[in-house]
Amino acid sequence: MSSVRVLVGTRKGAFILTSDGKRDKWEVSGPHFAGWEIYHLKGSPVDPNRIYASQSSGWFGQIIQRSDDGGKTWHQPGTPAGEPAAPGPPKSESNKFTYDTSAEAGKPLTTHQWYDGTQHPWEFKRVWHLEPSLSDAETVYAGVEDAALFRSTDGGKNWHELSGLRGHGTGPKWQPGAGGMCLHTIVLDPSNPERIFIAISAAGAFRTDDGGNSWKPINQGLYSKYLPNPKAEVGHCVHHVAMNPKRPGVLFMQKHWDVMRSDDAGDNWNKISGNLPTDFGFVIDIHAHEPETVYVVPIKSDSEHFPIEGKLQVFRSRSGGNEWEPLTKGLPQKDCYVNVLRDAMAVDSLDECGIYFGTTGGQVYVSSDAGDNWSAIVQNLPAVLSVEVQSLK
Amino acid sequence: MIRIVLPFHLRTLAQANAEITLEVAGAVTQRSVLDALETQYPMLRGTIRDQGTQQRRPFLRFFACQEDLSHDSPDAPLPEAVASGAEPFLIVGAIAGG
Repeated sequence: MSSVRVLVGTRKGAFILTSDGKRDKWEVSGPHFAGWEIYHLKGSPVDPNRIYASQSSGWFGQIIQRSDDGGKTWHQPGTPAGEPAAPGPPKSESNKFTYDTSAEAGKPLTTHQWYDGTQHPWEFKRVWHLEPSLSDAETVYAGVEDAALFRSTDGGKNWHELSGLRGHGTGPKWQPGAGGMCLHTIVLDPSNPERIFIAISAAGAFRTDDGGNSWKPINQGLYSKYLPNPKAEVGHCVHHVAMNPKRPGVLFMQKHWDVMRSDDAGDNWNKISGNLPTDFGFVIDIHAHEPETVYVVPIKSDSEHFPIEGKLQVFRSRSGGNEWEPLTKGLPQKDCYVNVLRDAMAVDSLDECGIYFGTTGGQVYVSSDAGDNWSAIVQNLPAVLSVEVQSLK
Repeated sequence: MIRIVLPFHLRTLAQANAEITLEVAGAVTQRSVLDALETQYPMLRGTIRDQGTQQRRPFLRFFACQEDLSHDSPDAPLPEAVASGAEPFLIVGAIAGG
């Protein structure tokens, strides 16, 4: 019997929601790490019981947590659960994210653009996104603020920057968006282990074809009115990028404004907003079995981060964009003024594809019929920052 | 014996009591106390001091004997009352600590 495990990161802890394949009765576990911000947690596709979590606080910094039993127990990598504290050298550097300033990095980068256009030092703040490897449970990528990509190959014990991204040349032109200068999206190509896509607010999308050593901007076709040159190579506020693993050359993007599509692995982008009532938003995702079926949650504007007219609507395109239909059954259609943040939508891979999203109002919604009907799994969590789902056999 | 009082979130992270006691060899300074604390509780590394720069995290303060020691040199001797265990070394989150 198949089942699903939904991993929810919130402003004040993590929650794990589990159900069988029917997805109508749920068990709720949590809060884990109560009181801490959990920007993201995600399971390994190689070993579903291996889950990585980003626990952070403006006061106390960044903690990496790991579970090896599907979220029942957690430990900081290198500090085994239950091991009594003992004198001796610290065993773990799992919380240490140090930007690469070595000579080997070639061009150690020290500043990026600040809000006022001046240059500002790179300062580590938190991990926004953890992306476990598709082939090795011990390998995991971390997208951080200020924007950089780190990788651990020992289960999260030690982290090393893939400095070719910051050092490739455009870094001084990157600037923070309203949420900070964050690397929030990491997409691994299942057909090519050397290819990784990432996205940064506000810099744009980037791709490596050599395992992370060298990178190039892939923003051709993006248009951003807030830039002096709206078609600039970098500076775009990409909110999220999604790929269906069965068709890795096709990418979908929710930009600050504009919903975009690329059919050539990001080399060129085309606008597919079509009949959306607004093309501002944060999330975008793709049906697990229908690569042309795409989901977004339109948000009114960059100033008004809530649905239009207080009606929470998911929009679905079955044609790969341009033609969109609103999905409303089971979603609040009055007085709803929540937001859906960029990492807060996910899809499962059961035969009848399930769609999930979480809101800043603390609701997590599920549709077990590809979006036709929705119900709330939970209604009163802290503000939801991220939603991931594991499809379990 | 040095007594250290942690803020709530670090207490839960370290699975420790509100007040921790530990031994410090040599001079009792902010640096030696925090080194000893992180040795005994490695999960606290990076939560009080930045792991790269070793600077106090900006939203944390160090108090002892009704004085704010946050801006003292990390290598300055702590008050004798802290070194003797008569008074605790307080690690305090700014305002409510999140």
